[in-house]
Amino acid sequence: MEQQELRKKLLQIVEKNSRIAIDELAVMLGVPEIDAAGALQSMEEEGIICGYHTMIDWSKTSIEAVSALIEVKVTPQRGMGFDTVAERIYKYPEVQSVYLMSGGFDLMVILEGKSLQEVAGFVSNKLSTMDSILSTATHFILKKYKDHGTILTKKYEDTRERVSP
Amino acid sequence: MRNPLSDKVTAIRPSGIRKFFDIVQEMDDAISLGVGEPDFDTPWHIRDEGIYSLEKGRTYYTSNAGLKELREEICRYMDRTQGLSYDPLHEVFVSVGGSEAIDLALRAMVNPGDEVLIPQPSYVSYEPCAILADAKPVIIELKGENDFRLKPEEILEKCTDRTKILVMPFPNNPTGAVMEPEDLEAVARVIREKDLYVISDEIYGELTYRGKHVSIASLPGMRERTIVIGGFSKAYAMTGWRLGYAVGPELILKQMIKIHQFAIMCAPTTSQYAGIEALRNGDDDVAMMREEYDRRRRLLLHEFQEMGLPCFEPFGAFYAFPSIRDTGMSSEEFATRLLKEERLAVVPGTAFGDCGEGYIRISYAYSMEDLKRALERLRRFLKKI
Repeated sequence: MEQQELRKKLLQIVEKNSRIAIDELAVMLGVPEIDAAGALQSMEEEGIICGYHTMIDWSKTSIEAVSALIEVKVTPQRGMGFDTVAERIYKYPEVQSVYLMSGGFDLMVILEGKSLQEVAGFVSNKLSTMDSILSTATHFILKKYKDHGTILTKKYEDTRERVSP
Repeated sequence: MRNPLSDKVTAIRPSGIRKFFDIVQEMDDAISLGVGEPDFDTPWHIRDEGIYSLEKGRTYYTSNAGLKELREEICRYMDRTQGLSYDPLHEVFVSVGGSEAIDLALRAMVNPGDEVLIPQPSYVSYEPCAILADAKPVIIELKGENDFRLKPEEILEKCTDRTKILVMPFPNNPTGAVMEPEDLEAVARVIREKDLYVISDEIYGELTYRGKHVSIASLPGMRERTIVIGGFSKAYAMTGWRLGYAVGPELILKQMIKIHQFAIMCAPTTSQYAGIEALRNGDDDVAMMREEYDRRRRLLLHEFQEMGLPCFEPFGAFYAFPSIRDTGMSSEEFATRLLKEERLAVVPGTAFGDCGEGYIRISYAYSMEDLKRALERLRRFLKKI
């Protein structure tokens, strides 16, 4: 298999299942184990694969957690654009994601906090007090139906007849 | 009271799968590798078109042959995949699944006593449909040593003056065998020489894992003597929609549509609208599912090897057909014991013809997790016996 093709296929699989064993990956793709391991390693080194995370539906646990999407409007700084302010935001560990957006606002910040108060505190004390930030709009996530391509609200059930021609 | 039944119908053996199905039904804890349909849901955009058609009130009969738009899409599909051009007005019709088209093709083409060559192991309906059409089914027993491909000499061996039709069941259920272009050429030569007609069941045509499927109709001199049967069930995971089609020479199609008109009227309208969407925008879905089947196929064969279960490499459909001869058990015995002792359902090879003896059909239309769980049971069983 061509290297590009192998990389694409590996990424498609590990994106859905990062726990899959190398030997199994190699069997599934019909390539030698050493090739699969090598391709994964080089993609890790190149920063294409940035981490192996676990998807958790916190709402099913007893642990309190709230997530919020915050739209942020920013005055870009001369010579640095949005990068400096984005960096100041993403350095907070409670910030899960920061995206530069096209359209009506500039940065999309996804925040995970223990409580509503914590998120509110972050927005009013940390975010909106930064110099270059013009305004923020905070949206709390009420329910996650689907995340990272996985439907969270119901489990797969095989409803087929168990034997058929 | 008089016997209410037809002798012809009562003489037909019930499907070997049925019997097995009944045992499985009583076991709640049994898991299965016995399913002959995709595990994927129909892609949402296709379902959505079906729903949309209902919302718009498209709840009436369509023309007997099917929606014109759908027939045009089917012809375009045949053109882009096989380079075959069919006239949407006269050379295609939309059926209730591929199975209906098989039945109609046989009924439209045979006279009482005509012989129909049926390679086995193969799908369960060819033989009974041939009998119902008053034909004489003549079985060609495909051989494991040929990887269950059809050889020209096997046709010649069974050919008589009454032989009219050859059923071509490839990519094959239950073996997963495909016919390579050179296999097809060799077979086509004999077909032309013996002036046979072909009913080519290509329902699994989109699911091949080494090179693209080639229709026998695309070979020189074959289009005019071939009815190609296709459908949406396997490629687009649409089994429940009951949507298939046949393409072929107008002369034959006209008579098939006549029977369809009286027996069926038309294929379900909702399904037909969904089918248009499938053919127009479903290529990516098919590619995704094919890729996923291919991964499972490789995993399955690897596991067989580890278990010491001999199996030729299948390059089509979503089945593997390992040999269980070394266990000393018959297929039925093996399948029954596997079910009773390990709660795992597979289909004995004999359900697809007597020559399936010594084999079992394993379907890999299961999620990777289910497949692994089931293979663990198979491994345990093989170790024990």
